[in-house]
Amino acid sequence: MVDTSVVLCGETLANPIIPASGTFGYGREFARFYDLNCLGSFALKGTTEAARFGNPTPRIADAPCGVLNSVGLQSPGVDAVIAEELPNIPRIFAGKVMANICGFSVGEYVRVAEKFDACPQIGWLEVNVSCPNVHGGGMGFGTTPQGAAEVTRAVRRAVKKPLIVKLTPNVTDICEIARACEAEGADGLSLINTVLAMRIDLNSRRPVLGTGTGGLSGPAVFPLAVRMVWQVYEAVGIPIVGMGGVRSAADALELMLAGATAVGVGAANLVDPYAARDIALGLPSEMEKYNITDLKSIIGGAHNG
Amino acid sequence: MNKGIFTVISNEQLIPGVHRLRLRGDTSGVTAPGQFADVLIPGCFLRRPFSVCGAEDGVLTLCVRNSGRGTALLTASAPGTELDILTGLGNGFDLADAGERPLLLGGGTGFPPLHPLCAALLALGAHPMAVLGCPSAGSAPYLDEFRALGVEPLVYTLDGSLGETGLPTQALHSLDYTSVYACGPLPMLSAIDRESESPHVQLSLEARMGCGFGACMGCTVQTISGPRRVCKDGPVFRKGEIIW
Repeated sequence: MVDTSVVLCGETLANPIIPASGTFGYGREFARFYDLNCLGSFALKGTTEAARFGNPTPRIADAPCGVLNSVGLQSPGVDAVIAEELPNIPRIFAGKVMANICGFSVGEYVRVAEKFDACPQIGWLEVNVSCPNVHGGGMGFGTTPQGAAEVTRAVRRAVKKPLIVKLTPNVTDICEIARACEAEGADGLSLINTVLAMRIDLNSRRPVLGTGTGGLSGPAVFPLAVRMVWQVYEAVGIPIVGMGGVRSAADALELMLAGATAVGVGAANLVDPYAARDIALGLPSEMEKYNITDLKSIIGGAHNG
Repeated sequence: MNKGIFTVISNEQLIPGVHRLRLRGDTSGVTAPGQFADVLIPGCFLRRPFSVCGAEDGVLTLCVRNSGRGTALLTASAPGTELDILTGLGNGFDLADAGERPLLLGGGTGFPPLHPLCAALLALGAHPMAVLGCPSAGSAPYLDEFRALGVEPLVYTLDGSLGETGLPTQALHSLDYTSVYACGPLPMLSAIDRESESPHVQLSLEARMGCGFGACMGCTVQTISGPRRVCKDGPVFRKGEIIW
């Protein structure tokens, strides 16, 4: 009998598999396919203060071994999420779920975080610092150590629940940003968000996505995620939720060896609604294959020696 | 909503660039005409959505227009090819307010998906009328299939090479109907939304989709009641609902 449990910022998970924000809605669609209690937890769709449509369509496109999206934070707004979605969570999942918080100003991050902090269904507050700062020339908060630190500091002071900062890979040195978040009191980090990318339609000779550029996710970015989780694990002492192109239990083990405590599953959910379930249920046999009895014991295991 | 493996049993060209694929598998997930299937095509990452043109006795019928890399691969599928398909996606058409004389209006490859709807309406005792709009006589699919149901399609071609000359929306002003069911390009659907005098109008929208079951928000459209997902809240929307 193997032990798949892990502890993420003080909360024990039956296993490390957490469907990633933006690929799992609020769980409803997937609960029609399977019992979500086979998962460690799941992350809710990114939530802003006010309702947003997001970016113009087309905002999703195929890529070799991946998907481009420019959905741009469609959200019903935090009050609607709390009123309409959170009451449904206990009906589909017995554990706590991860809120994902987006903001276009430090004040917005704080106000959304404070509201989720008061919700018993929420176990962690994942703060997406990839949003553009409307007061900072539109540059993403998470692209500088100062911007990421400013959001982390403000949210940390305002909330009690564990704070996980979701980092963008579109930076020169992700370790510098990870350290800045840790220094301001982040309890954990999640990475990687999508990689800035583009495709062009040969017939129209225009970008495929309505916004021109978008974020690439899926197996195409998996080695990039492994590299960044590895680097950040060496840079900080707080737990990491590793994600980026995971599509099998073996991929999850690989990210854990790189340093992930929990593992996000994103694009795979969009292709196969059962993907996260199959990865979670596949962990014990994959562990036995590599003589792993306690999953916790392999976190960062590739760094030893 | 079902996920299953389907085997291609036939693949024939209907008109240039449009293939009809018949696939054997579990069709029990298909619960209403107007739903769609989401096909995982080997060589593509995301699935590709197609309106269901038939789901009977374990045979799923899809009509696929070759319009890009994914559909080029799919229309080249040989019999025996196994494909992973999600079926029973989307709301489908509501037959409740069809009335005595429903008007079925299809644009190009949007016409074949109205065939199972036509059959269902006939089974309810209604007298559906079928209207096809397409560029020319050589690009008119599914005429014989509708005739086999006993419904003679009224055809509009842009070049006048078959039937009436002009757009199929002209039929909205010349026929006497109790409801409208439409599937086709968005400009045709928005024209129907504007021009139809019946309050009972259902429009099946086409959209680029990510997942096909409501998770990714890739196919969202703006409606009078806020953003809605074409894949999950649609693909069928009512008159006046869409903000074009």
